[in-house]
Amino acid sequence: MVHEHSGPLPVAALDDPHLQPYAKHPERAQTVIAIAMILGFLGFLGFGITFWISDQTQWQAATLGVGLLGIGFGITAWGKYLMPQGPFVEERHDFQSTEAERDAMSAAVLQRGGMVVERRKFLGGLFALGASAMAVVLAFPLIRSLGPRPGRSLMTTNWKKNSLLVTVDNRPVTVDDLEVGGVLTVFPQGFAGVSNDQTILIRLADLGPSDPPFPLSPPGRTDWTAQGYVAYSKLCTHLGCPVGLYQEQDALLVCPCHQSMFNVLAGAVPEFGPAPRPLPQLPLKVGLDGYLRSQAGYDQPVGPGFWERP
Amino acid sequence: MIDESLRWVDDRLGIAKGGRTFLDKIFPDHWSFMLGEIALYSFVVLLGTGVFLTLYYVPSAHEIVYHGSYLPLRGQKVSEAYASTVGLSFDVRSGLLMRQAHHWAADVFLGAIVVHMARVFFTGAFRKPREFNWIIGVSLLILGIVNGFLGYSLPDDLVSGTGLRIMFSIVESIPLVGSYLAVFLFGGNYPGNGIIIPRLFILHVLIIPAIIVALLAGHLGLLVKQKHTQFKGPGRTEHNVVGSPMFPTFMAKTTGFLFITTAVLFLLGGFAQINPIWQFGQYHPYLISYAVQPDWYMGWLDGALRIMPSWEFVGFGHTWPLEVFLPAVLFPGLTFNLFLAWPFIEAKYTKDLAYHNLLDRPRDRPKRTAFGAAMVTFYFMLFSASSTDVIANFFQVELNIVLWTFRIIVFVLPVVAYVVTYYICNEMRAAEDVGKRKRALVVTLSETGEYVTHVAEPRPGDGHEEVEPVPVPTFIDLTPAELATDPGVRRVMR
Repeated sequence: MVHEHSGPLPVAALDDPHLQPYAKHPERAQTVIAIAMILGFLGFLGFGITFWISDQTQWQAATLGVGLLGIGFGITAWGKYLMPQGPFVEERHDFQSTEAERDAMSAAVLQRGGMVVERRKFLGGLFALGASAMAVVLAFPLIRSLGPRPGRSLMTTNWKKNSLLVTVDNRPVTVDDLEVGGVLTVFPQGFAGVSNDQTILIRLADLGPSDPPFPLSPPGRTDWTAQGYVAYSKLCTHLGCPVGLYQEQDALLVCPCHQSMFNVLAGAVPEFGPAPRPLPQLPLKVGLDGYLRSQAGYDQPVGPGFWERP
Repeated sequence: MIDESLRWVDDRLGIAKGGRTFLDKIFPDHWSFMLGEIALYSFVVLLGTGVFLTLYYVPSAHEIVYHGSYLPLRGQKVSEAYASTVGLSFDVRSGLLMRQAHHWAADVFLGAIVVHMARVFFTGAFRKPREFNWIIGVSLLILGIVNGFLGYSLPDDLVSGTGLRIMFSIVESIPLVGSYLAVFLFGGNYPGNGIIIPRLFILHVLIIPAIIVALLAGHLGLLVKQKHTQFKGPGRTEHNVVGSPMFPTFMAKTTGFLFITTAVLFLLGGFAQINPIWQFGQYHPYLISYAVQPDWYMGWLDGALRIMPSWEFVGFGHTWPLEVFLPAVLFPGLTFNLFLAWPFIEAKYTKDLAYHNLLDRPRDRPKRTAFGAAMVTFYFMLFSASSTDVIANFFQVELNIVLWTFRIIVFVLPVVAYVVTYYICNEMRAAEDVGKRKRALVVTLSETGEYVTHVAEPRPGDGHEEVEPVPVPTFIDLTPAELATDPGVRRVMR
């Protein structure tokens, strides 16, 4: 019985309590909302002026904040206090289909699908074959093209026999560079700054060339030190963060990421935290020229564990 | 004018019927229903500020010499990514405001999602027929965390680079394929060949936001189709929705809330410094800073990594880095799968296959509420465990003690929380008239000298009169006579 309207639509019954404003004093509410909106407008105006004359972050945020808060508070209060609150009710209609419609749907899928598959199994199989082949080969460019194979890159470093220790600025390191308790990040010459090669050099004692070697605790490692210097890989064996903090009084290297601690007097065995392995040690020697060199490269992969690590 | 335009559009698209239904759509009112809105509007701010940032950010690891206006960095060799991020902070007008608001919006976005999810969980809103929307919601949480981490990694500063290093090692820890995956992603052993920054960029600004937008559309679409849940109350049943109409009331409130959320995010962005990358400096793989922490939503994973014992297993010719794989790969995998499967686990356990449009009060489901409290405690303890070093420093306690405390309370406190919550729920259910305002008892001395106790007079607000809910008034079919006698009755044929 919908009929055409030629004139204006009928007017609502404005005394319906559901359409009444929620505010006890609508005029007061209107005044407050108006003030909020005006503040909002002034805020945006202020942002425009601030932006024009300076790039002052706090003033920009303050003016923008006042603008957005003013308008936001105004509209919200308008909605809450002056617009019809109801309570109104709406029925929920079942959105699921009737049993008959469901039956029809399954019948269509099963019967038609059955017809196709039953009668043309061979074609269906061919289609499945082609589609799977496509899925497999498309994964190649998606994954395999991303980068090179790991190869030996996780296993080795650039440290070789006789590598000259240099700082990140490529300056060779002499035996006089560090005080006792001092640390320095070093790299093999030619590879300054390479992540996998980062090595932390620590001076444990002020020993001369003729002094007995520093008594490092794992047996067989005493001659890996040189004139009181010891060097370990700086990559934490937990997650590869640089083990950058040295606590001299406890002789501990600390990883700032997850607080693994390595005892530098005992071959950098982890004494605390989640790191599973000692930091690999770099055997050192002092050349005739007074520069520090490696006796050999690392005897194991540096950094965190991975599947191919033996 | 409006009338004519509507007719013009309706001639072509036929919008009047559905449009009218949409305007009359009823939204139940409860403060907790706006938590999802905070997430939605934070996302709007993320999109807006994010587009601004892409106009200036350069996704490149290429090394250049910094010449911008931040003096301490002048002349240093930095990556284009880092230089452009510092540049858009200091040399682009409003740039710092936009960047910090973007970062804050990400933190608030995820915070709002988590709180919204807790509301949905504790009130049982995930039950049939809303399992799909729960799954979409959990997916949005996962994508939000991932995209937050990606965005955090883009500036190539010292802190974000450390995060990427950790991510490389976590991928590397996956048995069998880990080292291949990590090296593929980064284009070589860490830090790779510089390709990772453009890859993170395209994921961060296009692919993941596109998926989020699609899922959000689905989330809201399902909300409209299935209609919002409501708490029990006068006139509210499983078969209706009671509240305020879409137009104009709800639309005004929610638009206002968009403005207010935006205001808070920009005020935070302007007044609360976040991620001052110029202080951290350019990332180099051999440098690190003390007390580095990820954004808050990664805290639970960082905490899990910290308190995990060093259980690396070497055997069968291979290394199994369980001390990384278990807390950083398997544990989040189990977590999110548990979240995704929760509606089905609960339905199987309770054998409740009915439709639910009325929400539970948490106390009425003591076991679910207790389980939720235990989960919240568990993840909050893991989150706190990501500050072991800060806690040890602040309270001057040995780090070892802090660590072992966390290893224990991470498992003990959730059990305590379960038991306590369970009993509180049952106590609350046993008490009568809980939550209703109590009338005071007044003792007076009568004329005969006796003390008499009686209930006090109602105070203002005690005598709240409930208006019966009615359909949204529709006057199209009403003649003026009917209107006078029978207001507010809907007669629209649908």
